[in-house]
Amino acid sequence: MTPITLASTLLTEVGIDLNPELAGLARLLIQASMIFYTGAFLSFAFHLSRLSSMDKSARQNASKLERVGIALLIGAAVIHAAGVVLRGVSASRVPWANMYEFAITGSLVVVVIFLFALIIKDIRLIATFVAGFNLLILGTADTVFWVNVKSLMPALQSYWLVIHVLVAVLATAFFNIAAALSIAYVFKTAKWVQNAKGKATASFKRILDLFADAEKLERLAYRFNIIGFILWSFTLIAGAIWAERAWHRYWGWDTKEVWTFIIWTIYAGYLHANATRGWTGKRSAWLSIIGFLAILFNFTIVNMYFKGLHVYSGL
Amino acid sequence: MVISKSQSKEQALNSVAGESVNDFEEQPINAPALSLGGWARWIWRQLTSMRTALLLLLLLAAAAVPGSIFPQRSADPNGVVQYFDNNPTVAPILDSIQLFDVYTSAWFSAIYILLFISLIGCVVPRTGVHAKALRSAPPAAPKLFSRMPASLQAKLPAALAKAVPEAAAALLKKQGYRVVRDGKDVSAERGYLRETGNLVFHFSLIGVLIAVGWGGGLSYSGQRVLVEGETFVNNLASYDSFSPGTFFSEDYLVPFAVKLDKFEVDFDFTNVTNVGTPLDFRAYVAAKVPASDGVDAQEKTGVIRVNEPLELPGSHVYLTGNGYAPSITIRDQDGNITYSGATPFLPQSSTYTSLGVIKVPDAAEQFGIIAFFYPTVDELESGALTSLYPAPIDPLLTMNVYVGDLGLESGAPKNVYALDTSEMTQVAGGKSGVKGLRLALGETADLPGELGTVTFDGLKRFASLDVSYNPGGIWVLIFALLSLAGVTTSLLVPRRRVWVRQTASGFEVAALARGDDPMLEKVVADVAAALTSEDFVSNNTKGK
Ligand code: HEM
Repeated sequence: MTPITLASTLLTEVGIDLNPELAGLARLLIQASMIFYTGAFLSFAFHLSRLSSMDKSARQNASKLERVGIALLIGAAVIHAAGVVLRGVSASRVPWANMYEFAITGSLVVVVIFLFALIIKDIRLIATFVAGFNLLILGTADTVFWVNVKSLMPALQSYWLVIHVLVAVLATAFFNIAAALSIAYVFKTAKWVQNAKGKATASFKRILDLFADAEKLERLAYRFNIIGFILWSFTLIAGAIWAERAWHRYWGWDTKEVWTFIIWTIYAGYLHANATRGWTGKRSAWLSIIGFLAILFNFTIVNMYFKGLHVYSGL
Repeated sequence: MVISKSQSKEQALNSVAGESVNDFEEQPINAPALSLGGWARWIWRQLTSMRTALLLLLLLAAAAVPGSIFPQRSADPNGVVQYFDNNPTVAPILDSIQLFDVYTSAWFSAIYILLFISLIGCVVPRTGVHAKALRSAPPAAPKLFSRMPASLQAKLPAALAKAVPEAAAALLKKQGYRVVRDGKDVSAERGYLRETGNLVFHFSLIGVLIAVGWGGGLSYSGQRVLVEGETFVNNLASYDSFSPGTFFSEDYLVPFAVKLDKFEVDFDFTNVTNVGTPLDFRAYVAAKVPASDGVDAQEKTGVIRVNEPLELPGSHVYLTGNGYAPSITIRDQDGNITYSGATPFLPQSSTYTSLGVIKVPDAAEQFGIIAFFYPTVDELESGALTSLYPAPIDPLLTMNVYVGDLGLESGAPKNVYALDTSEMTQVAGGKSGVKGLRLALGETADLPGELGTVTFDGLKRFASLDVSYNPGGIWVLIFALLSLAGVTTSLLVPRRRVWVRQTASGFEVAALARGDDPMLEKVVADVAAALTSEDFVSNNTKGK
């Protein structure tokens, strides 16, 4: 047998379609959406600073700025969505199989959920946070996580990729919005803000006064967190089912499994805190923030630097 | 009709005169009088308090962290060995506090065992309380409606107000409340499922823990490297490595035989950004299961893929790795075969540059070979070889040869993928002065000295298979899904009490929720609206 005949018996022609040009276009759209996010972020920020102004007429004009911000945010979301869809099309699969794709899909889900949640009036004021956070995520994705379209490694070729990862991304989006609300809560109830004397802190305090009262923030955060927790529990179970298929055991304390567990446990603690005397309010808000920090850590540091079976960062 | 709204933000509901409107609020625990039984009770109450549960949960989260930082023996045994090599002074210290076995360590176990004792101590009494609540009527209306988190007063003419209790009872019943009437008062409660869900959730966690422990004890998993054409039988001797659970017994192994007929890989050949990426691995296997206790004899052929194990009685066979196994024949100077076979080479890179070891103990002089296999060879400018593509388009074998004691007689188990060259002399390759051997497929080369010749006859592939059995898995899944259903119910079903009271000038409505209830104020407003609606008014004025 010559090498060539051997090679032709071992090589099988398989048809998957990757389209790098389309992926390039998708990337361009994501970059374009970042311009809109920047616009939205600036409008919301100016809006807040106007609202905190002592000048009454300035305050009255502010709502126009907010409307501009929301329009820009919707524009950003639409372009962002087009980019995500094209990314999927260019890879002939769901667009969430490496870090770049998690980042663009995850931040899209955040903005979409947020836009729907705008029905709840009190949530408006975290718009600055949402626009800024998405800008940050997309910026990092484009500069650090970018990879060209690749096919799925065999372990990822499973419908569980669609279910498990999608639900994880959804859960993360809910936790994200909850964390933003908890941050607002922590600032609002902080002693140094309440006793603000200096000029800068005073106007910061005026901005915070615009937010719903602390108790309402706490309850809103709780509502987002419980949805996040249910979705995260599902993610954990789905992950275990998939691991049983792909890695012959449902749980093996792989680094990613460890962090999924840690995050789940922190949020279980958060839910308990809300029913424990002395732990409601500030402490539970901190747990909500710590939970989300653990998620960010899991997504960035654990993916990039920790050793484990989940080697799909694509970097 | 005038509705005046009053809402109290006050959540300290325990203070509501004379009644425990919220049974779920925790009672503070006072330090005990100094008797032994008193102390025991105090410790038990501490352990089963919400605060302790919370602290233990957070502690558990924190205790899990080191397991992701240090390599773990269970998940990454080689990583542990490497860690010991790289940090010879620190590693033993870390090992002494079980940082390489975090999830089976004494301290990690202590935390979760305490947590589960606390859980049982907490949930069992709550089940009793809840069972009683399920059978009892909603509590009587509070004295002061305005002290409830949501309440309303509505004005109605006295004639209409008289009809309020009956109408309110009917209305709330229709909305799924359990309702009692007591003169001018109506008490209603709904959402018992919330507590039921919560209890199901916590009990299911106990179920998960038991299923994990029990299943893990009975489980086993064995790893075996199988070259195309080879067969292995499910018994301890045929595994390369084997990890049994605590209660494992060899009788559990159903003695089936699995033959690897063929192994196929698809690498991407067409997409520029993706060349050489594996698209699919397929192990074509044939299994024979002999008749044994409760198992019928059967034969089965199938394809094992990464996400698709082969299901055999008592265990699943998974595909966990693959690589090349070059067929190599070695002859001595007289032409007698001293070594022959397809030897698995371990892939070292994504393009399948692979490393293999050949040990020839039966030659006149013992020798060993460390060989590299390049499926599609290319020479770098430095002269070093590399593989461009993972499929065998232009395969090449290179060999370094060592003579001397292979160390096989000592009886200690030897890693077949490593050659201990400490007692050996290199005679080809490296600094030996003789060039290493290079063989294309089908070629024969002379070994240095009087060792004979080596032939690269052909190329096969091997599959790493993993045979796993865990009877607990399905129970873990069932309990996990139960707990998911429980927690979802518990978090989303609102538990609330609604009271309506006929007053001199109309009526009052109040509501109290357990936990967070976004709809509480709306519920109160809706009830008030229904009792002041035109329908209500016309229904109750007609007959008069
Ligand atoms: C393995 C340990 C535990 C986990 C993972 C856990 C998790 C949770 C979660 C996620 C919730 C919120 C969902 C729900 O209300 O059903 C919850 C609620 C609750 N847990 Fe646990 N729990 C644990 C142990 C305990 C222990 C030891 C106690 C008793 C001291 C306890 C008492 C409660 C109570 C009373 C609630 C209801 C809180 C409320 O009314 O909102 N749990 N638990």
